[in-house]
Amino acid sequence: MKARVIVTLKPGVLDPQGKAIEGALKSLGVAGVGAVRQGKVFDIEIDAENREAADRTLAEACEKLLANTIVEDYALDHE
Amino acid sequence: MNSPLRAAVILFPGSNREGDAARALRQASGAPPAIVWHSDRTLPEGTDLVVLPGGFSYGDYLRCGAIAARARIMDAVRAHAARGGLVLGVCNGFQILCEAGLLPGALMRNAGRRFVCRMQHLRVENDSTPFARGYARGQVIKFAIAHGEGNYTIDAAGLAELERSGRVAFRYCDAAGAVGAAANPNGSTNEIAGVYNDAFNVLGLMPHPENLIDPLVGGIDGRAMFRALAAA
Repeated sequence: MKARVIVTLKPGVLDPQGKAIEGALKSLGVAGVGAVRQGKVFDIEIDAENREAADRTLAEACEKLLANTIVEDYALDHE
Repeated sequence: MNSPLRAAVILFPGSNREGDAARALRQASGAPPAIVWHSDRTLPEGTDLVVLPGGFSYGDYLRCGAIAARARIMDAVRAHAARGGLVLGVCNGFQILCEAGLLPGALMRNAGRRFVCRMQHLRVENDSTPFARGYARGQVIKFAIAHGEGNYTIDAAGLAELERSGRVAFRYCDAAGAVGAAANPNGSTNEIAGVYNDAFNVLGLMPHPENLIDPLVGGIDGRAMFRALAAA
């Protein structure tokens, strides 16, 4: 099974990289761009019986390493 | 004098200040520290102090210090801290301690987006710890800073607890000791440059005391920390 983990900064955590990207998009004249927040995507191949088991594994991966839950949230997605 | 300080400096792939840390420890205690590889399982017998040096462990992949915090040796460092052993994390070492859960909070990208590399004044906030006994509370000292991710971030409850319990070790300030946004190099909450754990045997800080031990490189304000540790 292929899964995708998306890690984003919690609301309110300062994101200077997102701000810089937002500024660059605006300076390029890309119309309609508002606030930009940068996150991370992990595409993970996972060996699991079913979706629930995969979710448990992915949540463990997020809690143990992929996300710093002090400042980041994570979301799981499947193919 | 007690038996000399037995220090161990942990070496991760991408550490680069381990030599500076070793030099400062040798100068203060007369003995070189052990250098311990990240994949080792144990610290040398009788280790008093563990130092996590600065650098860019694992190329700062994922998050600064994230991979190093899960290295095999960190179980031994955690056990050392739990039995009251001293742990000092400088710069990347501070990031590793936060990622390992040995210190609260997280170190985020500098608010001004730039890597900052220069001298920085600090105000000593607590002088009653094994690390800071050589300073006086309120004393203004000068260390070097060199980091891109030093913006100390913590939630409101955690911050209140740090402030209430005297666990803020150092704050960024100007040469006159004034603390405020103008003297904050990275946007850190409450100008926090370093924090202690709840037992005051673990210290993490972004500035580099180990680089200020020789007048040739601009000052000796770092010596007092290593001397205090050597006398602990």
